[in-house]
This record gives sequence, structure tokens and C-alpha cells, in this order.
Amino acid sequence: MKKITKASTGKQIKKSWRLYLCLLPFLSCFFLFTIFPVIRSVIYSFCYYNVLQPAKFVGLQNYKNLLINDDVFVKACINTVVFAVFTGPVGYLLSIMLAWMINDFRHTVRTILVIIFYAPSISGQLFVIWQLIFSGDSQGYANVILTRLGIINEPIQWLTDPKYMMTICIIVALWMSLGPGFLSFVAGFQGVDRGIYEAAAIDGITNRYQELWFITLPAIKPQMMFGAVMSITSAFGSAVVLQTLCGFPSTDYAAHTIVTHLQDYGTIRFDMGYACAISSILFLVMVLLNKYIQKMLRGVGQ
Amino acid sequence: MRKLPKEPRLAKRRKQLNRSGAGNALSFTFLALLGLAMLFPFVYAINNAFKPLNELFIYPPKLFVQHPTSDNFTQLFTLMSESSVAFTRYIYNTLFITVTGTFGHVIFASLAGFVLSKYEFPGRKAIFTVVTTSLMFISQITGIINYITISQLGILDTAFAVILPAFGSSMGVFLMKQFVDSMIPNPVLESAQVDGAGLLRIFWKIVMPMVKPAWITLIIFDIQALWNIDGGIYLISEQNKTLSYALSQITASGISRTGVASAASVIIMTVPIITFIISQSNVVETMAASGIKE
Repeated sequence: MKKITKASTGKQIKKSWRLYLCLLPFLSCFFLFTIFPVIRSVIYSFCYYNVLQPAKFVGLQNYKNLLINDDVFVKACINTVVFAVFTGPVGYLLSIMLAWMINDFRHTVRTILVIIFYAPSISGQLFVIWQLIFSGDSQGYANVILTRLGIINEPIQWLTDPKYMMTICIIVALWMSLGPGFLSFVAGFQGVDRGIYEAAAIDGITNRYQELWFITLPAIKPQMMFGAVMSITSAFGSAVVLQTLCGFPSTDYAAHTIVTHLQDYGTIRFDMGYACAISSILFLVMVLLNKYIQKMLRGVGQ
Repeated sequence: MRKLPKEPRLAKRRKQLNRSGAGNALSFTFLALLGLAMLFPFVYAINNAFKPLNELFIYPPKLFVQHPTSDNFTQLFTLMSESSVAFTRYIYNTLFITVTGTFGHVIFASLAGFVLSKYEFPGRKAIFTVVTTSLMFISQITGIINYITISQLGILDTAFAVILPAFGSSMGVFLMKQFVDSMIPNPVLESAQVDGAGLLRIFWKIVMPMVKPAWITLIIFDIQALWNIDGGIYLISEQNKTLSYALSQITASGISRTGVASAASVIIMTVPIITFIISQSNVVETMAASGIKE
């Protein structure tokens, strides 16, 4: 039995050579630059590797150093969690809520709102403007307003005082968080089949919130899954905001994240094995988190 | 308030439960206020870009420009012409990366998405599962190893160091596959096959025209990603650097360049935003198919 299936699979592969050829340009770049790096990271994470000399196997040494001896890494983990908890779930709920609210308006109003909300996520380096708004001198916009309102007497060092750095960066990250996930929700809400609302009304759905939970959200569950993936990537990826606004290294490492730590070892110190251990951990966290969130999303509408 | 849709008309058109008139007004007010807050940095940057020097450092600062001037833009261009590499070189580099990267990625991703959506072959499911999972492989994770790979391939410090990784991004294939799934009925392809059309012919003459919103979306997403690329560790020598990098160098030199910095960021942000505004209906249509089904 097994032999026959094998042979037929072989035959099928031979028969589909044209299809594989069509996939080849994408697949070769995809494996080389997206899949392969992850595999190679995991392998190097067990090695000492400085790019110049061949990699040397060191077992769990990198992980041991990382988790036991590296205080900055612990700090980076805490910062990453704080940043990700606020920007991830909050950004996600914000995307759904805004898309849902927008959905009730006329086409033109809806289009304008979508453009306004989406624009920050594609405006590139524009977020450095926040550096001027929250600039630490008395000229900074935020400081001027607060001084004039009599709330503060002297300028606050928004981006160098560890008390405020994280909050400001979370605000900026949320400002930029309405990306592809948000568009997906907007499109999802528009695409919900109107017929099921009628059926729901007959079944006794009486208010908008019941309707949202039992009808609309289950209907856009695929978009919610996609949005979750986008939120996870941006919650961990947008650490660049922290780095740009607060500088590197930041005061007391208050804006130091796992990604910053990774870049420090990978592109400055060229301790690749160590950097790869960091990225393997980050990768593992993201994948597990995604698994967990997908499981949670299955419970929507029940 | 006048812009609010009339409640009865909406209720008639849709069977969905609607907000009360008051609820509608409330949510519109909320969205309008939030929208203004979101726009604030844009307004601030654009106004700063047109402020003369004395207005930039006035105390207390004013949000809106009183006597608009193009000084900052002129100064930006002067600074550009003084740079060690001719500024047109940076513009050329960015254009080359954006155009080549977008064109190649759209073709490769569309072809792959189409094949994954419509043909049965061994490995098809596995490939798509890997593609979906890899939506999470952020460039921060892959970037460091890619530096090694790129230098081993001997393309470090060439445009291809950023173009080839862009070809391998999974988002394009994912969106294209989902869109072809939902937009192209099998009978259309079967009848074309009966008429003797080959795979590539079907792809180019039948599928691509039908999935226009999807490849427009890919173009927009690629422009957003590639236009802003600064090359980082992959582009080393000055003549290979990009526009985004050059502008950030000009503006990095402190407070005295505040106005110039704003002018530069206004210039760099216009391309992705305007292309999105032009094509937003296509993008939204494509994103309707973006859901991840179990």
C-alpha cells in the first residue's frame, strides 16, 4: 500500500513540475531570507560565532548567560512585556472598535476616517515629530501647554526621564498601530452578509452589543485571526519607536527592549551566537503567544 | 453634524440594528476628536516645514504658521547639493529599490499565490501553512542572519541586499492566495484550460486582470515598505545609500535643523500616503479576503 502511494506521489510531483517552477522564484527567496534565518538562528544559538572565525559549539552557554548573568536582558524582557501588553492588546481592541464604529457611516465619511486612522502607520520616519512635541526643554509643545495650564512649574524631561519614557513611547506606538489589521477589520465588517442580521433579529437579538458579540464578531473571525498576527508582530517589532525616541542606550536602559538587545549584540558587538539565542527566545514567545491567542479567539461569540 | 447619515434611510437599506440618532452623533463626535488627535503630528510637521526661522523658535510656540515660507525646502535642497555624493544618486537608489523590488515581488508573489490557490500538488498545504506562520517572522528576527547570508552571497552593499529579501516576504503571497480563493471561480479556469491556454497564459491573461485590487494592494504595501527603507547594515558605501537615509542624516544634526527636518519628513511621507489615498478602495477590497481560516 505504502509503496503505491509513494510512487503516485512521485508521479504527481513529476507531473506538477510546471507548478513548482512557478513557485520557485518566490520560494527560493522565501526560504533563503525568511525561513532559513530562523532555522539558522536556532542552530547558532548553541554556538559561539563572531562571523570571522567558524562557529564553535558551546551547548547551552548562551542561554545560560542570557538568563542568569545578563541583568540588562532581564530589564529588556520586562520593558518588552510592558510595551507589548499595552500596544498589542490595546492596539488590537482599538482597531476592532474603531473599524466597528466607522462601519456605520456613509461611504465618504468612512473613507476619510480610514485614511486618517491608517496614515500614521505608513508615514515612515514621521513619528520622530513626537520628539519635538515631547521635547524636554521649555519649548516643547507638551511642556508649554502644561506650564500654561499651571500643572507643572518646570519642563518635564519626557524622553530622558525613565518615569515618562515608556508611557510616551506606548502612546506613539498606539498612534502607529492601526495598520493592515485595522484595514482587515474595516473590510471584514463591510463584508458581513446582511441576511444574517435579519435572521438574528428573528432569533431575538435585541441590542447592538448582543449583535456584535453573537453575529458580527464570529462572522469576521478570520480577520480577527489575521489582526492578531499583525498585532503580535507590531507589538514586538515597533520597539524601534523606543530606540529612536529615547536613543540607544537609553537612560537606565528604561527603553531597552529584547529587539534593542538583539541589535546590540548582532550588529554592534557581532556576538552572533548570543544574538541568535535572543532572537530564538523572541521567536518562541511570539509563536506560543499566537497559538494561545488563536485558541482564545475561537471562543468569540460563545 | 450635518454629515451624519439620515437614520431612517440607513435603517431601511440595512437589516442591521442601528445606533440611535444620539448614539450616532456621539460616536461621530468621538471619532472626529480622535481623528484630529491622530492628525496632530501631521499638522505640526507640515506647519513646521513652512515656518520661517523666527517662528520656529518663538515662545510660546504657535501651532499654525503665520508667514509661510519655502525657506526650509530651499535650505534642504542646498544641503543636499553640498553632500559628498550627488543627491540624485540617493533618489536613484531609492527609486531603483522601490521599482525593482515592487515589480519583482508583485509578479513572483502573484504567481505563487495563484498556483497555491488553484492547483493541487504535493506539498501545497504545507507550503501555505509555512507562509501563514511566517507572517510573524519580523525582520528584527531574520535580519541578523540575513546579514551573514547576504554577505556570503556577495551582494552586500548592492541594491539586491534589500531587494531579494523583499521578494521573499510572505505577506504578498498570503494576500494574493486568499484573494484568488475568494474571487476566481474554478469554472473560469477550467474553460480556459479546455480552450488550450497554458498555465502562464491563464495567469497573465485571465487571473491577473481579475485580481487587480490584490496586486494594487501589493504594490501599495511594497511601496510603503521599500520607499522608507534606509538600508541599515546592508548598504554600506555612501553612493549606495537611500533617500530616507540621506534625509535622516541631514536632519540628525540637531535643533538648528528643526525646520529642515520637518520639510524632509513631509517630502518622504507624501509618497506612501498619496499612493494609499488613490488606491484605498482596492486595498480595502483586498483586505476583505485577508482572514486566516482554520
